Amino acid sequence: MTVVDATGADSPLSLREGEQTLTGWGRTAPSAGIVRRVRTVDDIRAAISDAGPRGILARGLGRSYGDAAQSGGASILDLSAMNRIELDPATGTAHVGAGASLDSVMRALVPHGWFVPVTPGTRMVTVGGAIAADVHGKNHHRDGTFGSHVETMTLVDGRGEVHVVDRESSPEAFWATVGGMGLTGIVTQATFDLIPITSSRISVDTERTSSLDDVMDRMITGDDAYRYSVAWVDSVHPSGRGVLTRGDHASADQLAGKAAQAPLEFEPKVLATAPPIPTNGLVNPLTMRAFNEAWFRKAPKQRTGELQTIAEFFHPLDIVQDWNRVYGPSGFLQYQFAVPDSAGELVGRALAALRGVGALSALTVLKRFGAANPGPLSFPQPGWTLAVDVPAGVDGLGVVLDQLDDEVLAAGGRLYLAKDSRMSPAMMAATYPRLSEWQRHRDALDPQGVFTSDLARRLSL
Amino acid sequence: MMDALGEPQSVLVLGGSSEIALATVLALPRGRLRRVVLAGRPSPARDAAVATLTGAGVSGVEAVDFEAADTATHAQVIDGVFDAGDVDVVLLAFGVLGDQAEAEADPDTAVQIATVNYTGAVSVGLRVASRLRRQGHGTLVVLSSVAGDRARRSNFVYGSTKAGLDAFSQGLGDALHGTGARVLIVRPGFVRTRMTTGLEEAPMTIDPQDVAKIIVTALRKGKETVYAPGPLRFVMAGLKSVPRPLFRKLPI
Repeated sequence: MTVVDATGADSPLSLREGEQTLTGWGRTAPSAGIVRRVRTVDDIRAAISDAGPRGILARGLGRSYGDAAQSGGASILDLSAMNRIELDPATGTAHVGAGASLDSVMRALVPHGWFVPVTPGTRMVTVGGAIAADVHGKNHHRDGTFGSHVETMTLVDGRGEVHVVDRESSPEAFWATVGGMGLTGIVTQATFDLIPITSSRISVDTERTSSLDDVMDRMITGDDAYRYSVAWVDSVHPSGRGVLTRGDHASADQLAGKAAQAPLEFEPKVLATAPPIPTNGLVNPLTMRAFNEAWFRKAPKQRTGELQTIAEFFHPLDIVQDWNRVYGPSGFLQYQFAVPDSAGELVGRALAALRGVGALSALTVLKRFGAANPGPLSFPQPGWTLAVDVPAGVDGLGVVLDQLDDEVLAAGGRLYLAKDSRMSPAMMAATYPRLSEWQRHRDALDPQGVFTSDLARRLSL
Repeated sequence: MMDALGEPQSVLVLGGSSEIALATVLALPRGRLRRVVLAGRPSPARDAAVATLTGAGVSGVEAVDFEAADTATHAQVIDGVFDAGDVDVVLLAFGVLGDQAEAEADPDTAVQIATVNYTGAVSVGLRVASRLRRQGHGTLVVLSSVAGDRARRSNFVYGSTKAGLDAFSQGLGDALHGTGARVLIVRPGFVRTRMTTGLEEAPMTIDPQDVAKIIVTALRKGKETVYAPGPLRFVMAGLKSVPRPLFRKLPI
């Protein structure tokens, strides 16, 4: 085992201690909790035994869009100092503190020739958060979720007992925790598989697509040939035109020039920070029209084998820190659903319905999901997933989204808890039919209900 | 919990038969409600309010006894409601208009108006604020009045109680800043309700349903102060700057 990064120090991303008003990434529905920094398992056990009637919740980097990582009146645990990163090159696994961000994991491991098994659209999530939300990335159709690559994890349960859980010896605790939104206990560290790489570049094929049917056909027929695949859809243009980007890790011998000198270099930078915007934000039909047009135009009609950096390909938004501020004080939400292939037409209907109320999105992402994993609350299921960012202040948005919920439910689909900020408890129960099974496993780990969140209260989890 | 679109799941109405409060509950567009507590005096009006909400398909409607002037009982009432579950929105909607001439002739009547509208609201408002603070979220909606913006000769007993309530609510909102709990002050003008039946309507008169829509939008947007109707803000700003020798001669 090689210790790659053992700082154990507070990161610049640590939360301030004490009473803090917290929201998710969408900056809606705030609540205040008491932030407490923990550095050891014993600190966590002490926090659990001190927990008052409002309970306790771990919060990572707050990238859930809704109310998953906040809990009014509760103790909010910040594990950012539990960020040790160890690499075992012999088995190709990493042993990482739950408070470490995937950003720090990549910075530590990419130069050694290893990549995380799954990365969402931002590196700014913690390992604990990635497990709690069972995050997926552009490789879900091939590699499944983050949780599918976790070998073992250490979990402190509601009684303060410490368990090392894995899928063979404790499948119930393991799969209740993967996708369990932090409600089964506090994960303190995890061991997960890595992808061996010889370069830090991705070889990317880009195609402009003329319509939703076009892009969906290309994804159905072609995605299997790629490890990574995602489509951006123009939410303004009624055709649903878009840009399909697919790729895989490039090998070192594909690199030329300066890149070939340092094939595993990984030093992504933040280029700008979005300012706080006091009024209605920069997001309105005019700017959305312009953004969608520009995003479509900037993509090449067809290009193969372009070498992009990890940050360019996976995390284009991380370049602008606090980009969620552009939506102004009303905040925004992301509506992400998964439906089976048989309901693929719901993608177009959802986009049309949102256009109908003027809820135009800049970041509209379409992806194919592969097989589901055994987690009762894990979101991905085979078929399509569409994610749409929309300003929360749009009139009539709630009613349209409720109507779309009905369609998602009827199609046998569901919404992603890490994105949700407004579905009803009835929608939750109907679309996650194994909720009661998950509740049994959760109750076994946390019989007193110490772990809770605003999301858990809102959806009666 | 309040969701991202500002819609609550639990509401406590203080002044359980208030028409504006009822209209507000009914104006929430998506029906996320699962608990509505109507706190008020046992009365046919309160029973009717329960029946109206239940009939409209609102689930979890219950009534509890509450007397604004009886401040000694407030702690027990508020703790009882909050102990049974988080409350996302509290509508402080009780109040009496009284009769100005009668209040001037009989100071005891004036004291009664002040006790309900101001003392009662201070008592229950502070207790609600303490519980909202403890749960780390929630909005106290205070039904103030434009009558509190500037005392008028024709209505100054009522107006002064609303002025006091409004000042109290502003300070309370500032005190709660950063705690997750909020105060929304609503300043309606003339609203057609039981309270104003028989009075001559003022310009810009509206219905309880109009006030309700304004409250629902303000909840969604996280506003701190709204007028109902909105343009009254400018009317009142103008009236507040009228010199007193002129103001006392105005026919308002």
